[in-house]
Amino acid sequence: MSKPQKTTDTTDPSTESQDLSETKSETTTEEQTTGANSVVAALEKADVEITFGVQGGAIMPVYDAMVDSDIHHVSMAHEQGASHAADAYGIVSGNPGVTITTSGPGATNLVTGIADANLDSDPIVSLTGQVPQDMVGNDAFQETNTMGITAPITKANIFSTNPDTVGDDIGTAIALAAEGRQGPTLVDLPKNVTTGETDVEPSIPTTPESYQVPAPEADSKAVRAAAEALAGADRPLILSGGGVIKSEASEELREFAIEYGIPVVTTMPGLGSFPEDTALAMEMGGMHGTGYANMSLSHCDVLLGVGTRFDDRLTGGIETFAPEAEVIHVDIDPAEISKNIHADYPLIGDAGAVLKQLHDAMPKSPDAEAWRKRTQEWKAEYPMGYETPQDEAIKPQFVVEAMDEAAADDAIVTTGVGQHQMWAAQYWTYTEPRTWVSSNGLGTMGYGAPAAVGAKLAAADTQVVAFEGDGSFLMTSQAIAPAVREELDITIAILNNSYVGMIRQWQDAFYDQRRYESKWDWGPDFASLAEAYGAQGLQAMAYDEVPEVIEEAFAYDGPSVIDFHIDQVADVYPMVPSGGNNAEFALEEDHL
Amino acid sequence: MTGERMEGKAPVDREIPSGRRNSQGIRIDPETEAELQERRAVISALVDHEPGVLANVSGLFARRQLNIESLTVGPTIDESKARMTIVVEEDEPGIEQAKRQLRKEVHAWSVREVKGAIERELSLIKVSGDDPAGVTAVAEMYGGQAVQANDEIITVELTGTEADIDAAIRAFEQFGVHEVARTGTAALASGTQSTT
Repeated sequence: MSKPQKTTDTTDPSTESQDLSETKSETTTEEQTTGANSVVAALEKADVEITFGVQGGAIMPVYDAMVDSDIHHVSMAHEQGASHAADAYGIVSGNPGVTITTSGPGATNLVTGIADANLDSDPIVSLTGQVPQDMVGNDAFQETNTMGITAPITKANIFSTNPDTVGDDIGTAIALAAEGRQGPTLVDLPKNVTTGETDVEPSIPTTPESYQVPAPEADSKAVRAAAEALAGADRPLILSGGGVIKSEASEELREFAIEYGIPVVTTMPGLGSFPEDTALAMEMGGMHGTGYANMSLSHCDVLLGVGTRFDDRLTGGIETFAPEAEVIHVDIDPAEISKNIHADYPLIGDAGAVLKQLHDAMPKSPDAEAWRKRTQEWKAEYPMGYETPQDEAIKPQFVVEAMDEAAADDAIVTTGVGQHQMWAAQYWTYTEPRTWVSSNGLGTMGYGAPAAVGAKLAAADTQVVAFEGDGSFLMTSQAIAPAVREELDITIAILNNSYVGMIRQWQDAFYDQRRYESKWDWGPDFASLAEAYGAQGLQAMAYDEVPEVIEEAFAYDGPSVIDFHIDQVADVYPMVPSGGNNAEFALEEDHL
Repeated sequence: MTGERMEGKAPVDREIPSGRRNSQGIRIDPETEAELQERRAVISALVDHEPGVLANVSGLFARRQLNIESLTVGPTIDESKARMTIVVEEDEPGIEQAKRQLRKEVHAWSVREVKGAIERELSLIKVSGDDPAGVTAVAEMYGGQAVQANDEIITVELTGTEADIDAAIRAFEQFGVHEVARTGTAALASGTQSTT
């Protein structure tokens, strides 16, 4: 590969003439080592294979140093897309997703994605360019206080100050993102640091000495007490959260639940942590959880929560959440213990390790035959279902089930945010961890398409299906461009109801049907839009077209977009209104 | 709003558990539950002596809506570290949450509530100079001293616990207090105990 021509440097709007000459002199010989080279060496040392980003003035030295690297850099059309792609890469691969973007807007455009990763504890590392240190604080061109802006939404952020240590800064950020409770980290890279000379090689990525991660195993006395409570329960229940997937504990959880006959509810990030095609699976609980999950949560007498932060969308009103249950809470983050729900038995440690401990400490199986029978009765009493009159518009739930039926068993689902996300959570059967890739905590519309790009790059041999809404997709649809360029075999299914439907649903239910600014019938023809990007564009208006467009999309070797024109006023049920009682989930609007 | 209804009993026809939790998520008997009391807690944190750490810590308290009464920071015998003393006014779960969140700060080496600590605060108090003898007497009574004086203003330096200084300022009010600057509480664990 050839180096970029030096003349391109003169188009760099953020570089002073003095700074420019330094840049030129350093790119002339291969042997020269700069801070930027050290950054790239650190990424390689951490086995980073793929990075996502967008070029820009202050980050040019790092991009220049990547020319000779084997790292596959994926240029996204927008930094937000880069952050979501990296986030999805992190979820699917388990290794931190890395973005490389410039200063100013290059950093601020990442903010949504970083906040998203922060709420979902997803491992991502953001490398942002910064103006040279002697200009920091002078309101220079494309300067923004990236450290200040990202401090509240990162696990840690680092301002690099020295070419000799910048490589170690990268290693530290990668190690911090991955260890303990995962999350986003950021390294801000002033241009003088990346262009500055160094002969120091970055060391192996490691967390700082001051960083304390709890031991994987919980206190054994506490484990015994918790095991006794669970074994003595009449109505035991497991609540499996995203932490189970993050700590690779799905297998331990499955074995534990089956051996001791304990039904399992999952949180939304926990989808895939327990196979939904088994009898003990109560599936997702919370606001749009199944009736049987919410009945189980409300009536259990011992609740084993693993890797969950008892988010308000799961608990509903705190007063009425599992009101008769003693709570055993397993979490790697001590700050989550009793933050929202009081833990009668706090077990601080790694989900997998603590589940093994609990497994060994159980004196007997709980005597829960009657309870299991009751949970099965709830399954029969509150089935997930919908009607499909063939002469009416397509029901979105039908599309999700048809896609699931046609897709591979281990297919990965990404979603945007809104009604389509809930239908994808409810009607797709999740059986494997790391197959649900969504914006759970932050609720970022537009997450689905760029996430599909990141997911596919993390799992090239696995089928990737993105569900999007028409409103949600419009926010980041430019992610089709890199999908086409990278020749990614992904399918984006738009559940198009010409509304921001979740808002429309709430307006109908809670705002006297005043559908103000929620009708989005001004969007583009998505099939044509896809074709304009060079992807395959398809459309389905009626039930009989559904199987054929799915078949066509799955057969196409490249990105496909299917625009499903669905029932415009289909609602998501069951529903627990915000702050409501899980046991009082509504099955129709009149129940709210 | 398709008017469709999913299968199952309406909420009113279901068996709803009668138990309740309070706002801290603790199962309660609503009849006997008492309100949680706030108390003053002195938290000492040993942190890296680096730029940005103070901003991170104060930002952390702000976004978690934890009430800080005072926050002081200064160097320690180890040049690379600084000690922060944070006085919070919170209920028990709030104090616990403050400590746990603070421990997650990557630059924090140790975090601990110091109970029965030696606590001191330095204050400078500008008092009207009309009655120099009276001002000096009150200053001495509280263990302070006048550090600067002219015809109009006497500036008193005073060290003590937060309560001592509150009391001294009230006492000076009889002469007229113009300005006050206080450092906030610094604290170390008592006697042979190690603070962090």
